[in-house]
Amino acid sequence: MEYIGFFEIWGTVISQFWPVWLSLAVILSVSYHFRHSLSLYGRLFGSTIGMVGLVIVLFWILTAIFADWVAVFDPLEQFAMLKRKPPGAIDAETGKALLFGADNLGRDLFSRMVHGSRFVLIIAPAATMFAFIVGITIGLPAGYYGGKIDSIMSFLANLVLAFPVILLFYLLVTPGIRETPIPMAMAGFFFIFPILFFGVLFYSRYATRPGLLAIQLVCVLLVGGWLYSGLVFNADPLGIIALEPNELNIFASVVFVNSPTVFRIVRGITMDIKTRDYVAAAQTRGENAWYIMLWEILPNARGPLIVDACLRIGYTTILLGTLGFFGLGLAPESPDWGSMINQTRAFIRIVPTIALPPTLALAIFVLGLNLLADGLREQSLKD
Amino acid sequence: MLLFILRRLGVMVATMVCLTFVVFYLVNLEPNLKKLALEQNNNRMTEEAVESWLLKEGYRRPILSRYAEWIGNAATGDFGQSTRFRKPVAEVLAPRIGYTGTLMFWVMITMVPTALIIGVLAGMREGSKTDRSLSVVAIASTATPEYVSGILFTVLFASWLGVLKGVSKAGGIDFNNFALPVMTMAIYGTGYIARMTRASMAEVMTAQYIRTARLKGLSFRAQVLRHALRNALIAPFTVIMLQFPWLLTGVVIVEKLFNYKGFGWTLVEAADNNDIDLLLSCSLVSVVVVLLTQLISDIGYAYLNPRIRVN
Repeated sequence: MEYIGFFEIWGTVISQFWPVWLSLAVILSVSYHFRHSLSLYGRLFGSTIGMVGLVIVLFWILTAIFADWVAVFDPLEQFAMLKRKPPGAIDAETGKALLFGADNLGRDLFSRMVHGSRFVLIIAPAATMFAFIVGITIGLPAGYYGGKIDSIMSFLANLVLAFPVILLFYLLVTPGIRETPIPMAMAGFFFIFPILFFGVLFYSRYATRPGLLAIQLVCVLLVGGWLYSGLVFNADPLGIIALEPNELNIFASVVFVNSPTVFRIVRGITMDIKTRDYVAAAQTRGENAWYIMLWEILPNARGPLIVDACLRIGYTTILLGTLGFFGLGLAPESPDWGSMINQTRAFIRIVPTIALPPTLALAIFVLGLNLLADGLREQSLKD
Repeated sequence: MLLFILRRLGVMVATMVCLTFVVFYLVNLEPNLKKLALEQNNNRMTEEAVESWLLKEGYRRPILSRYAEWIGNAATGDFGQSTRFRKPVAEVLAPRIGYTGTLMFWVMITMVPTALIIGVLAGMREGSKTDRSLSVVAIASTATPEYVSGILFTVLFASWLGVLKGVSKAGGIDFNNFALPVMTMAIYGTGYIARMTRASMAEVMTAQYIRTARLKGLSFRAQVLRHALRNALIAPFTVIMLQFPWLLTGVVIVEKLFNYKGFGWTLVEAADNNDIDLLLSCSLVSVVVVLLTQLISDIGYAYLNPRIRVN
């Protein structure tokens, strides 16, 4: 067995990421040039911590996009001769090196790590977005009206929050539950919220302009209905959205776990903002309650919500890793980071580096999101 | 104050009933029952045999009456029979909870003081160099879940340095046994508590009474120790108590990672082996722990902060 040296490994790794470096340079220089007209995002360039976070997050987004070019091998390809080889082992057939070594089935760890970013970067932001829409749609009226609605909604949210997350996953993300209608019912319930949200959003503002409103509502229903049929019933007429049954399970469970926390944040901010003068002015103008909530309160709550969204994507990434770590839900060959950790951790006494690529990838990505959130918080407080 | 506690207790009991019912329903779903029937008898049972076994064992009665019966039994201390360990559930669970309790004790004893010291040091001079570097440390620690730090520590201490073992035996209380799991769990929690403490400390340092203390010529030390500290620790107290639901996930990960046979390990075993009675009792224990800590945090908060007692 032939190996390449330490410096050659890192040299090759850095050169493999060339599309990422190139686009990173382009994005950063363009954003830096226009930083004065980019509001909060532009001001991020003033904070070192925020910049480090932004670069890390962009790095992983771009890696996910260019995964096919960055990866050396197919993430599922097994090299029987190279099982559990340390970093730098050279595959005799192609002459290319397995940069971070091979796992217990002889798959290239570097390529799996690169492809694993895709799963996380699709599910985590999407689930966070859904959780935010659910939390906002329920949290705004709870905070705005208070009283009975608030009590009931808060009780329900506390109910979910008191549920130990790990237990919930063990009960909800099992193969058995796929035979029941529960995942579909959960998804059906949660995914109706975006349609409701955007419908009410446009209706509350443009109700007096029926022509414009009709176009907007038709768009919402078309796009919403398309996504809904694809996500919930897995019957996308265009065939673009295709979810594995268990991915729907994971997705719905992650939204379920995250939305009560978002609800609490939105409710708290709404209770604070509704005492402001501009809300009183809108009330005096006789605006409809949903207009005040969605077009007066929500835009003014965006700062803390953006910061929390960053943190929440990181938190969701950790949750997805936990699922993979317990071997819940995902297909065994799936190259996501959590499953990789789960499969390789038994061999760290033999090959210490075997579990490091997915572990460090996950930690660095979450660290990037947390640093970005901190930078955004710092900059948004400067107003 | 008594009325406040009674009302909280009422909400807690309602929450507990709702949550345990949800767990009961999910555990007793059709696929799980079928699997149980096949495991308990033989795997080549016919559909009719499964049905008649379920009927005979009483699994076909209405779920509400079965739930009432289960909760009645649990109240008298009868938690049923574990199919995985072939022993009564109470006998399986009691020592495991003890093992996990020992682990948690050491985690709390390392995590809480570290986090409070980091938070207070960072928050007492907001924006200083100390603050910035400690904040980055805190952020880094919240970005390191247990399965990441656990693996990094095992690689570092067990594989490369060879000083600690990568597994922990339940029951043995010594440094070699506990160092890795305790460190792993403490790291993830420390950052969060430290950031909360920092925010609370920074807020207190701008308060009027601190300015008064400074103007009357007290040393910085006295301002921090005698005036700021006590007020700044109210918010972190709640945060520390509310860590429990989430520490539970940490316990499960760490116990699986280091093969420490405590409560979390039992929960995973029960869930993986479709051990219905054991899983139900595990859920009951975790829900009760979570709700009790919430109650303690509410009461403690009201006790520490007289301002909220008015409402």
